[in-house]
Amino acid sequence: MSIFIDETTKVIVQGITGRDGSFHTKSMIDDGTRVVAGVTPGKGGGSVHDVPVHDSVAEARAATGADTSVIYVPAPFAADAVWEALDAGVKLIVCITEGVPVADMIELHAAVEASSSRLIGPNCPGLISPGKSKVGILPGSIHIPGRVGLVSRSGTLTYQVVDHLTRAGIGQSTCIGIGGDPIIGTNFLDTLEAFEADPETDGVVMIGEIGGTDEQEAARYIQNSMKKPVVAFIAGRTAPPGKRMGHAGAIISGSAGTAAEKTEALNAAGVPVARIPSEIPNLMTRALA
Amino acid sequence: MNLHEYQAKEVFAGFGIPIVAGKVARSPEEAERIAAELGGSVVVKAQVHAGGRGKAGGVKLAADAAEAKAKAEEILALTIKGYPVRKVLVVPAAEISKEYYIGVAMDRAAKRPVIIASAAGGVDIEQVARETPEKIHRFHLDRPGSFHSFQARRVASKIESDSAVAVRIAGVLEKLVRAYWASDAGLAEINPLITTPEGKVIALDAKMVIDDNALFRRPNLAAMREETDENAAAAREMGLSYVPLDGNIGCIVNGAGLAMATMDLIKHFGGDPANFLDIGGSSDPRKVTTAMRIILSDPKVEAILFNIFGGITRCDDVARGILDAFKDLDVRVPVVVRLTGTNATEARAMLAASDALEPAETMDEAVKLVLARAGGRTGA
Repeated sequence: MSIFIDETTKVIVQGITGRDGSFHTKSMIDDGTRVVAGVTPGKGGGSVHDVPVHDSVAEARAATGADTSVIYVPAPFAADAVWEALDAGVKLIVCITEGVPVADMIELHAAVEASSSRLIGPNCPGLISPGKSKVGILPGSIHIPGRVGLVSRSGTLTYQVVDHLTRAGIGQSTCIGIGGDPIIGTNFLDTLEAFEADPETDGVVMIGEIGGTDEQEAARYIQNSMKKPVVAFIAGRTAPPGKRMGHAGAIISGSAGTAAEKTEALNAAGVPVARIPSEIPNLMTRALA
Repeated sequence: MNLHEYQAKEVFAGFGIPIVAGKVARSPEEAERIAAELGGSVVVKAQVHAGGRGKAGGVKLAADAAEAKAKAEEILALTIKGYPVRKVLVVPAAEISKEYYIGVAMDRAAKRPVIIASAAGGVDIEQVARETPEKIHRFHLDRPGSFHSFQARRVASKIESDSAVAVRIAGVLEKLVRAYWASDAGLAEINPLITTPEGKVIALDAKMVIDDNALFRRPNLAAMREETDENAAAAREMGLSYVPLDGNIGCIVNGAGLAMATMDLIKHFGGDPANFLDIGGSSDPRKVTTAMRIILSDPKVEAILFNIFGGITRCDDVARGILDAFKDLDVRVPVVVRLTGTNATEARAMLAASDALEPAETMDEAVKLVLARAGGRTGA
């Protein structure tokens, strides 16, 4: 197993003819993903890296039966791409696009919640189940298959932590970047529940950052309902309040959303929080012993 | 993006919210002229992107034009929470019978906006929420157009028992909600909303924060941006996220999470970061040279650390940018470079020839090395 994606996952790429879409289609195929169709409105009938291009998600889905899509379309059109995938009945929608207006996500988030579909992102690197499938932009080469799950609000910091794990010989079941925006489809809680239920995951690394309260909610869930060990890192201990640190969601509002507050909540739930990323493999090895 | 009070008032007025019309002055003389035109007593208000202006001495009452000039001179000399005051708003003084708070803000936990209303206006609303939460009333919004007049009246009736006044407050609230949606705001706030002895309802102050991600479709609001800082302007132009800090270690990193973690690591090993800087996910060497230029303009910087984990970002492109920067700029501080991931081998080969650069293998090593070069302690 693994969570959300595995070797049977068939993927539609929305925005496949764009620079990013085309580049990452190749990279996903190289990492073993079954990319079965692409979508770019007005460019149906062509192909990219031998993947047939359709005019709409509904058409691509009808032709292939794929129930996962990944979105590489520019920010002004990204929310519409998610609406289209949702309407076509795609079960897992991964939105990589950065810079989606928050207002576009409000009604969309409510619609996704009311449906049986799952949205990951926006503004995320996607996810990988090493050796099985990758839906997104994570560099496949740093991963090895294994039994530790990883969930993160970041992109490159995720790679940094995966690199530490892999060098320490700790393989991964699924690594997922949930995104750095204030409103995202899948949060820590959803992902922890999925890892807890996955028989091939033994423990979870959680990479949080300043802003919002998702880490605190996750801490409550870990304390009350989770049996598998969790090890955490929270980025932004040195971030000043009131300044947006790159990610739209990474901002300390007043006194809320600090790294100290999140670390305290996680410690109280029995979760060891690494002071620096390189401590994570040891903490995980100890937690699994 | 934060709007100044006078800009937010302009937006609110466009939606029919009653405001007291005033004018912006950049000098004491200009403030004097405006006060003379307005006649009577005026209020001189600092226009800065910082809260707590009143407490910091940034809002002053003046009885006439001569006093307005004197007060403007005092206020224009202030720096409030690190922001030098460059402009003041001069408005006619209003007579206040009652003060309320109304605002619309993004509620992250609920994933939708929330109206906040309170009869305790004119003070710090976070403090009211902490100390007397029963004085705060909330109402969540689902989508543009979903907020009806009867709901506005219901919210208003919670903060004003005189129904004739409550109806007028409800009218302002509806307009505020419309302004919030139509501006792609993350915050639209009136504190205080006042009633005058004649029973008029007026927005005495105004605050708006606009979603940066939506500025592409709000050109009239995007045009209100004022870059007071040359570096911030250069960074924005190149698509870099840059936040200056107080330390001496300049950092250039790809990705916001890794950039924050790099700052944390510098602090962990006993140093102080000079900045947050995320070059983003693209591989444009010009981004790297711009980042170097910005960081070198900070006289506090004693050493620079590159921490790049190549994914979409190609390490060889970053290396090209670093070499270009050394050609174009006068680099007099040590530079430590840690590159790993996509095309890192090519990048290391390109940089090997340069004596000015010190390579580091891991993130921890890189941070320790840059601290040693800056003369910092390598503790922990």
